[in-house]
Amino acid sequence: MQNGIGILLIFLILTDLLLLGSSRLRNAIRIGAAQGVALGLLPWLAHGHLTGAALLLGAGSAALKGVVFPALLNRALREIHVRREIEPLIGYIPSLLIGTGVLAAAFAFGARLPLPWESPSPLLVPAGLFTLWTGLFLIMARRKAITQVLGYIVMENGIFALGMVVVEAMPLLVELGVLLDVFVAVFVMGILVFHINREFDHIDSDQLTALKEGAP
Amino acid sequence: MFVHYAMPLEGIYLFGLLAGALALLAVSGVGSLLAGRWSERWAVVLGAGGAGVACGAGLAGAIGALLCRVDLTVARPWRMPYGEFRLGLDPLSAFFLIPLFLLSGLAALYAIGYFRPWKGRNPGRFWLFFNGLVASMALVVAARNGVLFLAAWETMTIASFFLVIFDEADSRSAHAGWIYLVATHLGTALLIGLFVLLGSGAGSQDFGTYAAPAGMAGGLFVLGLAGFGTKAGLYPLHVWLPEAHPAAPSPVSAVMSGVMIKTGIYGIVRLLVILGTVPGWCAWLVLGIGAASGILGVLFALAQHDLKRLLAYHSVENIGIIALGIGLGMMGVHAGMPVLAALGFAGGLLHVLNHAIFKGLLFLGAGAVAHATGTRDIERLGGAMKRMPWTGAAFLVGSAAICGLPPFNGFASEFLIYMGAFKAILGSGSAALGGVTVVTALALIGGLAAACFAKAFGIVFLGEPRSAAAAAAREVGGSMRAPMAVLAALCLAIGLLAGTVLRAMDPVVAMLAGNPSTVAAPGAVWVLMPATLFGVLALLLGGLLLLAALRRRLLAGRANRETVTWDCGYAAPAASMQYTATGFAQPLTQAAEGILRPRVESQLPQGVYPASGAYHADTPDVARRMLFDPLFRAAAERLGQLRWLQQGRVHWYVFYLVAVLALLLGWALWA
Amino acid sequence: MGVSAASWIHPVLALALSPLLPGVINRVKAFFAGRNGPPLLQGYHDLWKLFRKGGIASRTTTWVFRAGPLVNFACLLAALAVMPLGAVSAPLPFDGDWLLMAYLLGLGRFFTVAAALDTGSSFEGMGASREVQFAVFAEPALLIGLAALARETQSLSLSPIYAGLAAGGELPLRILLGAGFFILYLAENCRIPVDDPNTHLELTMIHEVMVLDHGAVDLGFIQWGAALKLWVLGALWAGLLPLGALPGPLVRLAAGAGAILALAILTGMVESVTARVRLLRVPQLLVGAGVLCALGLLLTFR
Repeated sequence: MQNGIGILLIFLILTDLLLLGSSRLRNAIRIGAAQGVALGLLPWLAHGHLTGAALLLGAGSAALKGVVFPALLNRALREIHVRREIEPLIGYIPSLLIGTGVLAAAFAFGARLPLPWESPSPLLVPAGLFTLWTGLFLIMARRKAITQVLGYIVMENGIFALGMVVVEAMPLLVELGVLLDVFVAVFVMGILVFHINREFDHIDSDQLTALKEGAP
Repeated sequence: MFVHYAMPLEGIYLFGLLAGALALLAVSGVGSLLAGRWSERWAVVLGAGGAGVACGAGLAGAIGALLCRVDLTVARPWRMPYGEFRLGLDPLSAFFLIPLFLLSGLAALYAIGYFRPWKGRNPGRFWLFFNGLVASMALVVAARNGVLFLAAWETMTIASFFLVIFDEADSRSAHAGWIYLVATHLGTALLIGLFVLLGSGAGSQDFGTYAAPAGMAGGLFVLGLAGFGTKAGLYPLHVWLPEAHPAAPSPVSAVMSGVMIKTGIYGIVRLLVILGTVPGWCAWLVLGIGAASGILGVLFALAQHDLKRLLAYHSVENIGIIALGIGLGMMGVHAGMPVLAALGFAGGLLHVLNHAIFKGLLFLGAGAVAHATGTRDIERLGGAMKRMPWTGAAFLVGSAAICGLPPFNGFASEFLIYMGAFKAILGSGSAALGGVTVVTALALIGGLAAACFAKAFGIVFLGEPRSAAAAAAREVGGSMRAPMAVLAALCLAIGLLAGTVLRAMDPVVAMLAGNPSTVAAPGAVWVLMPATLFGVLALLLGGLLLLAALRRRLLAGRANRETVTWDCGYAAPAASMQYTATGFAQPLTQAAEGILRPRVESQLPQGVYPASGAYHADTPDVARRMLFDPLFRAAAERLGQLRWLQQGRVHWYVFYLVAVLALLLGWALWA
Repeated sequence: MGVSAASWIHPVLALALSPLLPGVINRVKAFFAGRNGPPLLQGYHDLWKLFRKGGIASRTTTWVFRAGPLVNFACLLAALAVMPLGAVSAPLPFDGDWLLMAYLLGLGRFFTVAAALDTGSSFEGMGASREVQFAVFAEPALLIGLAALARETQSLSLSPIYAGLAAGGELPLRILLGAGFFILYLAENCRIPVDDPNTHLELTMIHEVMVLDHGAVDLGFIQWGAALKLWVLGALWAGLLPLGALPGPLVRLAAGAGAILALAILTGMVESVTARVRLLRVPQLLVGAGVLCALGLLLTFR
């Protein structure tokens, strides 16, 4: 079981790194989906036994992040004919190198962080923190709105993983997570609806500044 | 003469050899200048002969002193406030004297041939400054008194300044000379502060009485690191180096790059010995600066197309590698890991010796190419291997050595530093992090250096000549070839006998790594250079000979034809179609564009039938452009407001002097 | 698990079996493409043919051109002396031997590149330029990966490292380094997705374009050398597998050789299903390998 959760968390870290290095939006969505499905297994592996709640939580989260969100995002992609991030604010190789540095910091931080409960795996806190950071980084460093939405989803994945440390306080966190999920869903739909009524040459989120009041 | 320590007889003899060498250098330099008024021939005989004999004697003395582990100090009174003519010879000084005398002697021999075409000018001027430079460098390493040290340090600076601007027809040389003078004096100013602070406790400038005021060891070390680092060429204080080294005549470039900048390293190491213990963050500082110097130095080298400027940037890189070794050593001392300390210091110091040898060799080779073709621009060279086979082979050996490739000497020293880093990684805590930093930096430097020298050697020496001048190149004469051959042989010899060299270096390492007993015991540093390594290297060389014989055997008796290079069916291949140096390095320089910030002038081919295109990239130093130029411009603006003080009339200046003196007197008496 | 008579079997085995590897890769690719493909032993036929031919060289070239293939081959031979297989110690192990191995590969590369530049051909210059560029990214990745292994097993020589790894070692670490080393294996050996050994367009080639002008014995040494490089880096990868549980050195050696052949099959499969990435993306791939190795190193710091 220890090996299992270790491999799962490393898979989580690797998908984060892949997200940092991938320019094709379709691939990025696929990676995000894989991450979501993998996280669905986490409650079970962290508990060590299968409870009804864990099963439900895992299955729900996997379905939402593995199927529903990717489908929505893919549909948006099809609608607006974008395939790749053209000019990211921070390039892919620098992103990867920065990511490695942050990962090292996350490990250092994870080793120091005092926890009220024993963590199911020493990798859990670093992996969760890193995933959280990756999501934020995608929002900061990429231009396309779709990548930014993906960033929110990834960030939520990180929160979900971190939540596993505090298994006792699970119900509240679940609610919080679901809330964030819903928020993301609304966000996705909002962009979709918004952009369907526009020409899709500009889905750079820079252009969203044109939405502020008084803009021409 | 007053002798401080009881010393064995051989110590006196060896010291006498060194003193004699110093005296001979001074006499022959002045003699050469005087003789040059009547006879160029005698000036060369006196100058070069004096330098050669003195360097031979000095080399013998230094090697002897290192092997006999001589440790003595000799002092004579000197009529200077706080000054004393105090000279010392210990393993550390002896070790730094070896490359100094070795390379200087060979460069003197090389200079005979190099200046032969310069008829009608007094060669005595060159020999005065050259011999003066060698003598002052030796004095810097041997000085045990702060005032004497600074006097020698300044003499070294002035002598090398005049050598840099020796080629007075070249206005760029003069410009480079001024940059050098300004930079190095800023460094000296810091050193004066350092020595004053060190001596303030005991009220003496004797190195033996130096003591750091409590809690100030770290600050003093930073002061010394900046002051000595300016001379050594540590990033970002290296800005004078890529200007001055290419401008100097090649034998001088070799001496400056090979040994003169090492006096900066000597200063840092000597400061470590004097201070004893420094705080742990100093080790991290040295590591960080070393990594920055190494990586940025080689990156900028990659972007150059002036052969000597490229080599000058590689000096920055190699000083960075030396600093990585020293930083690891300091980390080992601080963390109480004697093996790490020994490996770091041994690797760094061995690299001092190695760099002197292969960088000297490369500068002499570059000088030979420039001598034969009249240009240092890599883009106009090519095919030199066919025309200058000796120089080419020597340059190839130097290139492989500087890239740290086995079986040459560069590999031995980098191996030690790597091993130190891996020892640190096996441990725990911050030393492990330092180890990871060193391994990553060294691996990156290794790959980039290989790319850079594949370019430097490949474009200059291989293929077809890219200009008429390159096509007309002829091999240089014997006096220029012999020093290169000796240095190339040493590259291989030290690479294969590194264990023996390290054994001789044991007392030096022991001085720095703290507890000598740990170094002398099993697990000593030369044990970490395992004998099996040299077995595998022997296997490599043996296998190579065997393969060559096999190849000859297989081809014997068969038709062996010569033809044109495969041109993919193109009918009229020309030398200008070859890959250029800029093109060769372009993928990497492009990847590092954000750091290098090259100035590119390009005219891309356009249309369906493109007629012509051009691409030219220059990469001036970013630290200079972004940091020092604005700084100096701002300083010039501010100080320009004081220009009214400068009248150009002597009586006003005398008035200033008197006024300041009066003020100081008043302050001293009443304050 | 010290040096024994069995240690000397690996170099001989590598020399004898390595020409099989390109054949295996080609057969797998042919299978995926629905062709018959060249015979498995084609490599041996080629060597036999090349070693009996008369030489031909360009007038532009010097001895550097002729030395290139020999130096590269000699470097790989020397590297075999420190490379263990199947947790059987190498014949000449010592502390830090992987550094020598990495730098021997570097020496071979330096001379291959120099030999390419010696022809004065613009195509070969192009290949040489790319080769040194990729090495810059590959070298740190390799050394960081080896540092991770050294830390995991607390030893400084390849033979004890791989012996220790065969006995135990974390599964996540093996997976990460396995992936990282596989990318390095593909890049160093110029396979798809970094380089396409079968292309016929000089502009896109790396390794094959550097050796355009070599013929006869020299080309033979180049091909054999390329096969040996596949073997050496394959052994580096195969050591990550848990082969230590097997009884007896001979069985483990056989298993190690089998793993190297399996890696060749895997390579053939990868080459069949992926395309060559754009040259500009190759550094990213190699940095990715470096990140995998760095992650492995981080795991050992827990």
